[in-house]
Amino acid sequence: MNRYLTRRILLAIPTLIGLTIMIFGIMRILPGDPLGTFMTGDYFQIMTDEEINRLKADLGLDRPLILQYWDWVSDVLTGSFGRSHHRNDPIINTIRSRGLISMEIGFLAVVFSWIIGLPVGIISALKPHSLSDVSVSTTAVLFLAIPNFWLGLLIVLVTVTFWGYHPPLAGVHFWEDPWTNFQIVVWPVVVLGTSMAAIIARMARSSLFEVLREDYVRTARAKGLVERMTILRHAVPNALLPVLTLSGVMLGFALGGSVAVEVAFGTPGIGKTMVSAAWERDMNVVQSLVLLYGMTFVLVNLVVDLLYGWIDPRIRLS
Amino acid sequence: MESVFAERAAQTRVSKSADAVGNFVRKSPWHAFWGVVIIVLVLMAALAPVIAPYDPIAPDVGRMRLAPDSQNWTGTDIVGRDVTSRLIYGARASLFIAVSSVVMGTLIGGVWGLISGFVGGKFDLLSERFVEILLALPGLILAYLLVLVLGASFWTVIGALAISRVPTVVRVIRSVALSVRESMYVDAALTIGASQARIVWKHIAPQCIAPLIVLITVDIGGVIIAEASLSYLGVGIAPPTPSWGRMLGDANPTLYPMWWLVAFPGLLITLTVLAFNLFGDGIRDALDPRLRGTT
Repeated sequence: MNRYLTRRILLAIPTLIGLTIMIFGIMRILPGDPLGTFMTGDYFQIMTDEEINRLKADLGLDRPLILQYWDWVSDVLTGSFGRSHHRNDPIINTIRSRGLISMEIGFLAVVFSWIIGLPVGIISALKPHSLSDVSVSTTAVLFLAIPNFWLGLLIVLVTVTFWGYHPPLAGVHFWEDPWTNFQIVVWPVVVLGTSMAAIIARMARSSLFEVLREDYVRTARAKGLVERMTILRHAVPNALLPVLTLSGVMLGFALGGSVAVEVAFGTPGIGKTMVSAAWERDMNVVQSLVLLYGMTFVLVNLVVDLLYGWIDPRIRLS
Repeated sequence: MESVFAERAAQTRVSKSADAVGNFVRKSPWHAFWGVVIIVLVLMAALAPVIAPYDPIAPDVGRMRLAPDSQNWTGTDIVGRDVTSRLIYGARASLFIAVSSVVMGTLIGGVWGLISGFVGGKFDLLSERFVEILLALPGLILAYLLVLVLGASFWTVIGALAISRVPTVVRVIRSVALSVRESMYVDAALTIGASQARIVWKHIAPQCIAPLIVLITVDIGGVIIAEASLSYLGVGIAPPTPSWGRMLGDANPTLYPMWWLVAFPGLLITLTVLAFNLFGDGIRDALDPRLRGTT
């Protein structure tokens, strides 16, 4: 187990380094003149050469690329994540105040999707082609086609029209005011969680359906084990493995999708902050927040892999 | 004489593909129905200038913010443009961007995966690391960043969505190439002295065609949503060109709760994605029965 653990953790490090290089490359090399991404075109044209040079020096864009990269990486490593160009404020402050809300939403959405999706998938697999099974698969197909953020907009529309909903103005953490915090996170959690639950249910169904035809399930039944035990102890744990892998993959979609959902609800989270920073052309913030998304994704997948090894001895021993 | 043969061959080819379509319709009429929906949507996009009742771009200050009525079936937006016309024109952007980025991404990923799986060795190791790095960013965020930096235009959106698809395709095609490389008939071909290029082209590439088509048809739906999300977040194709995601972005229900501006574009996106997903499922079942029932 220890060797498996260290190997997986060590493999994540080059990926994280590569991630920083890729993001930095996209931000500074791809656009030709990186100043163009910091300014919108109109401003760029009315500035004199002297002003442009001063701005470049101010942003640190006149230094060699390798030094700029190193500055950024050391900012990330020391935990400040660089400074917002417009507010001249360490980006970690934004991450601290906004990130927790996003994390809370992501975590609760995954929990929500498991609580709804797993039982539904298991029941569907046990009674294939029953009414509940058919309605579940139809719902799953539908939820795969509905854009998350549109569902969010519909909810906003309905609540605005009938209950005078207004978007939260500032982030409130759970320990500060649980009720306000609940009001902020509940709808994004429901929207993200439902679409994930649809996928989880579908995967759990097909996976359990296959496991139920395995020899060891037949053996368990043949030796007279109670059906409930056969399913809960023998079939379900094996059926969970693909569901677990899928949860890791899905988190990528959820992270990507959560940006638009946060914007739809006006949730003061990382996604909305990133989009606002992009509007303001505060590229330092965009760059570090994109990295944050990538790091979260890599780390969660690492955890999923480790869980996988913990649950399935075949993997950690090979 | 020869032309007769050629004609015959052409006839059989036509009747063969007609047979295939007939078979598909008979076997899975449900999936075929969604194929028809796709055709209708494509026709709607292609014939937009003919069908659209009004100009989709010119504002009409006399008819702003009108709820659906007999003149504007789906209402007008905040500057008085007819929503129906914008929806019809919006199909162009959505369909064209989704289809071309999926095809482009799948082709690039397909060639890359094929080479990586067949050549193996250092190249494969390096490419796997690279794919892992590309996969480390959620696809939508990678696409968002690319369009943001390169500036929003038709082609940057297509390119960004294509790039965000490449790593997944590489993974799939690489695994196909790896398993085919180990097969007996490739061994046999090597033994009788076939060149590497011939093996890749004649033996491995044909095996990848079915998974490639499956990848294209199954994933178009997801890319339509991705395109709509980008437009919604303000980095899609530039306004005033109508796109469904942009229309949702402009709707802003907290400021102006006008249900028709939110409901119709979203319904159309959902319908389109549903059509591509279900038709794709049918194609996948027909081409690769082994994959039936997965995802």
